[in-house]
Amino acid sequence: MLKKQPLLSILLYLLLGIGSVAMLFPFVWMVSTSFKSDIQLYAWPPVWLPLPLQVDNYVKAFTKLPFGLWFGNTALVTILSVCGTLLSCTVAAYGFARYRAPGRTALFMIMISTMMIPWTVVMIPKFFLFTQIGWVNSFLPLTVPTFLGNAFYVFLLRQFFLTVPPDTEEAAKIDGAGVFSILWHVVLPVTVPVLITVAIFQFDAAWNDFLQPLIYLNKQELFTIALGMNFFNGQFEVQWNYLMAVACVAMLPTVILFFIGQKYFVQGIALTGMKG
Amino acid sequence: MRKPKSLLRRKEAWIFYMLISPWLIHLIALDAGPMLASLYFSFTEWNMLTPPEWIGLSNYIFALSKDPLFWKSLSITFGFAVLSVPLNLVVGLALALLLNVSLPGTRLFRTIYYLPSQINGVAVMVMWIFVFNPELGLLNSLLGLFGIQGPGWIFDPDWALPSLIFMSLWSVGGGTMIWLAGLKGIPDSLYESAMLDGAGSWKRFVYITLPLLTPTIFFNLITGVIGALQKFGEAYVMTKGGPLNSTRFFNFHLYDYAFSKFEMGYASALAWLLFIIILVLTLIVFSTSGRWVYYGGEKK
Repeated sequence: MLKKQPLLSILLYLLLGIGSVAMLFPFVWMVSTSFKSDIQLYAWPPVWLPLPLQVDNYVKAFTKLPFGLWFGNTALVTILSVCGTLLSCTVAAYGFARYRAPGRTALFMIMISTMMIPWTVVMIPKFFLFTQIGWVNSFLPLTVPTFLGNAFYVFLLRQFFLTVPPDTEEAAKIDGAGVFSILWHVVLPVTVPVLITVAIFQFDAAWNDFLQPLIYLNKQELFTIALGMNFFNGQFEVQWNYLMAVACVAMLPTVILFFIGQKYFVQGIALTGMKG
Repeated sequence: MRKPKSLLRRKEAWIFYMLISPWLIHLIALDAGPMLASLYFSFTEWNMLTPPEWIGLSNYIFALSKDPLFWKSLSITFGFAVLSVPLNLVVGLALALLLNVSLPGTRLFRTIYYLPSQINGVAVMVMWIFVFNPELGLLNSLLGLFGIQGPGWIFDPDWALPSLIFMSLWSVGGGTMIWLAGLKGIPDSLYESAMLDGAGSWKRFVYITLPLLTPTIFFNLITGVIGALQKFGEAYVMTKGGPLNSTRFFNFHLYDYAFSKFEMGYASALAWLLFIIILVLTLIVFSTSGRWVYYGGEKK
């Protein structure tokens, strides 16, 4: 239809092009600023390609504050929480998808409704609980709960398991294979795309999490990168080129994962029935 | 009657509960328990150091009648939701319609629009603080090239909330992907027969696309409203609720009471008030959905 109307398709490209430039501008500005010298930062008209590139900014930013340590902390918390999520959620989702039991439907409905609970409602009692058991100022409140499942991911994985025909699993069961052996050898190999989706979602959630570290981590040596950037930003005289350098590095893992996982996310959207 | 079968059933049930047991712990210790505790705390005065003291409905009464910032923060939050949610719905759908056209390059455009919605957290907020910077920022630098003196954006009480609404548009691509999935679900045959009947593109949009997209509108509306009413990070990291409380979102107000003033009882009451508001709104949308959401092939 559009092929007969070249004018319309030019207009379409123009609209999409302008929008794309607008979308990418903040990124370009951030990256450009991260390579600027102090003088270029204040130059008028604004410098877009700062030459020579001040690669040094990255080194200086990381030595000015212990960003290396904070990146390490964030990586540790993120990796643990991705492992915890994958383990606990696949197991629970498999139970919901394949095993009949009294109360299953009710529990499933309860699980769906827990997604509605605002974080502020449970925030204070959870903080109190973790204070009581001495977990504040440790990574435990950020990691241990991920080993106890997550309603959204369990739902997502269950929806996927339901689309897998159970024939092979039944056959393995007759051969005497146990639940975990079937799950590991038969089910998970065909579940890889959804597992990647869940892993990336959780990676992003943990990597970018701000609220929980804010509540549970008060010691600077335990800071995550999110807290570190907030701390840097709160200082009296913000050095924007350094802060943008840190922001670039902080965004990099999620950008890379976006390009790896893009096609899987779209499958996930279809799977959860978000399209109705 | 048949014993082996009931034995099998029991084994199956046992395995089910074994598999979901980690999540059951989560449900009890981190969802249901804290929820009940929070409800109890909302009727108490409590600083977390001394035992909570029962004060009945006082926290709720204080919120509704005495706290000068309660209604302000609530209206700021609703103002944000009322403007940002429809804006994101309309722009998201318009974008999806443009991206749904099969022309070379639309895949690249999809990636570009989708990317910002998947990048978030403090790094993005810090990036935007600098975009909004009145002297050195991207926006005022661009405006300056045209000789326009830009506003103070998030540093100006009149502009701060609109700035955050503007910023929310940057991640419109997430909703767009869901719109696109919805558009894919509409059979081409409907459009073809409408074209045979002589329906123009606007008529096809109004009578075919929109009705069949109502489940997607429903989903994006609900998730959009729930998300908008719970905004926090932007206010905490970017504006500290200011300037002059102009971005004091409800949850920022709540957090301030909980972790700056350590009035945990009052903060719990605030949390429940917002929860009730969200529940009521969701119920309203759900109960009206029968009238305007069309599920293809559904038997009523």
